Amino acid sequence: MGSRASTLLRDEEIEEIKKETGFSHSQITRLYSRFTSLDKGENGTLSREDFQRIPELAINPLGDRIINAFFPEGEDQVNFRGFMRTLAHFRPIEDNEKSKDQNGPEPLNSRSNKLHFAFRLYDLDKDDKISRDELLQVLRMMVGVNISDEQLGSIADRTIQEADQDGDSAISFAEFVKLRC
Amino acid sequence: MQPPAGPAASPGPGPPTGSELLRWQWQEVQVPCLVAAWILVASLAKIVFHLSRKVTSIVPESCLLILLGLGLGGIVLAVAKKAEYQLEPNMFFLFLLPPIVLDSGYFMPSRLFFDNIGAILTYAVVGTLWNSFATGVALWGLHRAGLMDPGVKAGLMDFLLFGSLISAVDPVAVLAVFEEVHVNETLFIIVFGESLLNDAVTVVLYKVFNSFVELGPAHIHATDYVKGVVSFFLVSLGGTAVGLLFAFLLALITRFTKRVRIIEPLFVFLLAYVAYLAAEMVSLSSILAVTFCGICCKKYVEANISQKSRTTVKYTMKTLASSSETIIFMFLGISAVDTSKWAWDTTLVLGTLLFILLFRAVGVVLQTCVLNRFRLIPLDRIDQVVMSYGGLRGAVAFALVILLDGAKVKAKDYFVATTIVVVFFTVIVQGLTIKPLVTWLKVKRSDHHKPTLNEELHEHAFDHILAAVEDIVGHHGYHYWRDKWEQFDKKYLSQLLMRKSAYRLRDEIWDVYYKLNIRDAISFVDQGGHVLSAAKLALPSMPSRTSMSESSVTNLLRESGSGACLDLQVIDTVRSRRDKEDAVMHHVLRGSLYKPRRRYKASYSRHFISPDKQERQDKEIFRQNMKRRLETFKSTKHNVCSSKSKARLKEKGRKKKGISLTSDSPNGKTQRNVPWQEAAPVLVMVSSDEEESNSSETEKEDDEGIVFIARATNEVLQGKKTPGSLDVCPSPCIIPPSPTLAEKELPWKGDQADLAVYVSSETTKIVPVDMQKAWNQSISSLESIASPPGIETGPQHKRFTCPVLEEQPQSASQVTPEQRSCFQFPSHVSKSSRSQSDSSPDGTEQQELQPLMAAEEPNRIVPSTEPRWLIQFNRASHL
Repeated sequence: MGSRASTLLRDEEIEEIKKETGFSHSQITRLYSRFTSLDKGENGTLSREDFQRIPELAINPLGDRIINAFFPEGEDQVNFRGFMRTLAHFRPIEDNEKSKDQNGPEPLNSRSNKLHFAFRLYDLDKDDKISRDELLQVLRMMVGVNISDEQLGSIADRTIQEADQDGDSAISFAEFVKLRC
Repeated sequence: MQPPAGPAASPGPGPPTGSELLRWQWQEVQVPCLVAAWILVASLAKIVFHLSRKVTSIVPESCLLILLGLGLGGIVLAVAKKAEYQLEPNMFFLFLLPPIVLDSGYFMPSRLFFDNIGAILTYAVVGTLWNSFATGVALWGLHRAGLMDPGVKAGLMDFLLFGSLISAVDPVAVLAVFEEVHVNETLFIIVFGESLLNDAVTVVLYKVFNSFVELGPAHIHATDYVKGVVSFFLVSLGGTAVGLLFAFLLALITRFTKRVRIIEPLFVFLLAYVAYLAAEMVSLSSILAVTFCGICCKKYVEANISQKSRTTVKYTMKTLASSSETIIFMFLGISAVDTSKWAWDTTLVLGTLLFILLFRAVGVVLQTCVLNRFRLIPLDRIDQVVMSYGGLRGAVAFALVILLDGAKVKAKDYFVATTIVVVFFTVIVQGLTIKPLVTWLKVKRSDHHKPTLNEELHEHAFDHILAAVEDIVGHHGYHYWRDKWEQFDKKYLSQLLMRKSAYRLRDEIWDVYYKLNIRDAISFVDQGGHVLSAAKLALPSMPSRTSMSESSVTNLLRESGSGACLDLQVIDTVRSRRDKEDAVMHHVLRGSLYKPRRRYKASYSRHFISPDKQERQDKEIFRQNMKRRLETFKSTKHNVCSSKSKARLKEKGRKKKGISLTSDSPNGKTQRNVPWQEAAPVLVMVSSDEEESNSSETEKEDDEGIVFIARATNEVLQGKKTPGSLDVCPSPCIIPPSPTLAEKELPWKGDQADLAVYVSSETTKIVPVDMQKAWNQSISSLESIASPPGIETGPQHKRFTCPVLEEQPQSASQVTPEQRSCFQFPSHVSKSSRSQSDSSPDGTEQQELQPLMAAEEPNRIVPSTEPRWLIQFNRASHL
């Protein structure tokens, strides 16, 4: 699948990506050039190190989580297709009618897919629940050192309490979605 | 201002014969007296309007005020035969406008504002330019076509001038109407933001055209146009810069007001006003200056000033803004009566009305077309309709048109009349119809929901995610800059402008959490404890708590520990420790934390309370409340097994309470208004009493052991860190006094939830059962929220026991001198009863209690013991 970094994208490949992700031709080429510039190894795939080389990501509290989101489970390389697939989550939501016309799989940039993407950033163990510990981890990343563990713990508890509807002390995806309504 | 009223009531002017007792000096007080009278009239009118919900729900207040103004103006006209009062531009710009702008800037939802800044700026700049020119030129066309009365002597420049002043959307009018309409936030912020930011454009256009008119068309050179363009940037950017400068100063100043809390709010108003005047002085956009001053300073100011100051700022600002607004609209009505300035031309009036509506709609649609290409969430048709229709004109236009020089602008009278009609039309007709329109179009309304932690948390997370994705994609978009700004802010600005203590603790997620907790607590207290039970907070499903059903000591300890971890308390200690500013004092205070409080109870006055104390007190009270709830919750839950633990818990609670009591009780009455403080005393009393009774009577031995531990830990917590304290632990010491006390106090104590275990019949009587229930429920719910998983058992325990010891002395001390002489009990009772009555519906409790107390009085410990106790306690801790 991966296109060679040194070569240009083939047209059919662009077409496929277009279909899958909904990016426009120019967006794809632009992102491809970005992809290749990130790809220091010049092997058509990005490794975690490639991402980590981006200076701003290093100071982004959730940087590592987001980097991880680019990598399919168990792999540590991502090709351009995968790269685009992840980025497609961030395309603006299109009109409902259009997406319905496609009749195909839900577009990556649908509301629920976006939410799922966000949800997965919290849900490390992939059990479709944000447990207290998982929430705490994210919290810990996002707040300064000024807040003590106890405070964080209480925040996490309260957060879960707010969202938790079935009383399992964790936030399920359904509960997560409801939160953001 | 008011003093005149006294003399005024006295006999009228008499012949000045020798020294007079009273003298009529109307002249001297005339101005302030009139001002006060007008404000009073306007405010009273507001009250009257709001007597009927029906009227105000249909008719915007601004309409009513204008109509009232018309009526009053008519009366004045009829009485005085001439129009006496009217909206003076100077008064308007110097006194009436600034409060409104400051209020809107300061309370501007800055996130929303900056998220939509692109759209706002476009509408404000491009839209206003387009409106002015289009309206001006179109009117000029009408004039050229000979449709206007020949009396209207105006050229293109005059019409452009008129167009510039009539086309700007007015912040006051928009705010007045939109506040009642509740459209969704984005829509509101765009219209309102536009109305604020277009000031720069209006000012520049107005000034440029005004000078053009004065110069005469013949003397205008190309350079003048260039100057006009340049001056736009100067005025807008300059105004913004002035605002930012003063925001910076303001933030910096509030950083150092720690010891003069009382004047903190003043700085906010003063500096903002000075910013306004400064901008006005150099003819920059003063509205922009104040708006940005408000927007930018808020974050730092709010972090720096105390909670009370925050409330003060908020209410003062709202009061000022609201009364300004009231006066503006009323005077608009009054001014309209003055027909001497009117010169009616139907074509001009109708043409203006038509054009401003038409061009605004066209402008909005065109700009939205462009903007939607860049907006993530496009503005749809309905939004555009509301935006077009919401372009209200108001007092700014009126003041500007009055300011025109009649000698230079020949058609001034026509313009004045037209402006008045336009303003009235937009405010009254559009104001009246916009609400039905919004309902009819089903515009998304704003949902007034409380901020939730989840929202805050996820919003933050999403911001980070988006910024990260922008980084990955290599696209420097909005989130990239936002992220950059926040880092800059965190690294430099916040450090510079915020108190260290505030800066350290600054975390938005935490803030939300804190606010939520406070709100819960307040509502809890306000409503006698029923709120929380009603709230949908689930009972604790947390493992640590549910699993505790055994009565083993360790379990109990652990449990109480988890309670002790209670956020607030921990925070407090952590904070103070971290807080280098206070570090030294803190250590000193830690040992004898309660003494200072007691002192101020004796000589209570607002001014005596040093700011820090107050702050800490607030915090502590909050902490106490939370803890108490936890405790009660636990106790209720584990009634049977954990009587001891309960006792301990209560002790702890009581200690804290005791603290709060000492500080609060003196002021008890004065502070009643503050729900927060109220709550603390109430809770405290009850718990402590119960505790005492329990420990002393039922479980002395057990308690001792327990107390022991608790104490040690307590002390540790307090920073004394003396392991020896454990041994010393006053269980013996305590016991002697406690039995008597306990006996006396027992009945009271019963109130709290746990009573079931020990509760004597008396106690049960005293506390209504349902109250208890509600109480418990709420507590438990709160607790579940607040308490972290039982990580730390130690600290909490310690705290519990300690309080007991201290409490007794304190309670004694709390008693007022007279009471002391008789007995402690009564004082106690009265306090507790008072507090109870405050918080809980059953004030009858007091009466019931009284007899009991009286009987027990003799046994009471004399206050003199108090010092001794303290000493012992201290000693113990030291050991």
